[in-house]
Amino acid sequence: MNFRKYLVLAGVTVFAAAGDSMLSHGMKQTGSISVHHLQGAIFAVLNPWVAIGILLLLAFFATYMTALSWADLTYVLPATSLGYVLLALVARFVLHEHVSPLRWLGIALITGGVGFIAGGPSLTEHSHAKGDDTSQEARAMADAAKSALLAKDARNGAPTGVRS
Amino acid sequence: MKAIYTWSAILVIVFASVVGDVLLARAMRQVGDVGALRRRSGLGVVIGRTLGNPYFLFGVMAMAVAFFSLLFALSWGDVSLVAPAAASLTFIGNAVAARIFLHEKVDRRRWIAASLVAAGVALLAG
Repeated sequence: MNFRKYLVLAGVTVFAAAGDSMLSHGMKQTGSISVHHLQGAIFAVLNPWVAIGILLLLAFFATYMTALSWADLTYVLPATSLGYVLLALVARFVLHEHVSPLRWLGIALITGGVGFIAGGPSLTEHSHAKGDDTSQEARAMADAAKSALLAKDARNGAPTGVRS
Repeated sequence: MKAIYTWSAILVIVFASVVGDVLLARAMRQVGDVGALRRRSGLGVVIGRTLGNPYFLFGVMAMAVAFFSLLFALSWGDVSLVAPAAASLTFIGNAVAARIFLHEKVDRRRWIAASLVAAGVALLAG
């Protein structure tokens, strides 16, 4: 993981949050669309907020696909949820809306969860694939070798064939 | 009766988005590191290879199904129930599906993170 990749993940978060809020702002202006009047959806696109929202969501999709090309799904997905945190912070500190204690707890849980993930490896190392994060595999091999040595006699405990 | 409709729609949303996410992730794994590919062969090759990947097309279709089920669910149930329920169940479903179908190493760290995020999303959107 280098700086450019963190930038892409930040893009995933920001574009998703900004796109969703533009879209919901625009849809409140155009009014609700019923299942029986789907042509309303076509006119909704003419609303500038909706149009910007769609462009931002396209940007989200592009960054999301980019991130999935070099990181696990279970690594990227929590990053998308940081968008909710971003929206709540904007609501509190820019729009000066009230954020309930329960929502602050939600913010804390999401942030904690994302922090948990970010501390780990970004990509599962499969034996046939070679990635840029080999330190994890090396550490796992070292751990396996150490426990093998501890568990068995040094004579038969040579860590041959130990493979993560 | 309406509750059954709403929850069935939520389950369809969750199922479709999990299928979509797994297919898209698999497509991008096949395409490979997009940044490196772009430097090597240009943006056109990246876009062509992504759009030409069958997993990608099916993934986008599954996402479309999820989107329209969301519209139906919203017409039957409250947004304060549908959005957080669908989002947080999708997180859990994705962790399971990524482990089974993508062979990702979902260790204890990632399980805890997925549960924390799912709980947080439920609280935040509720």
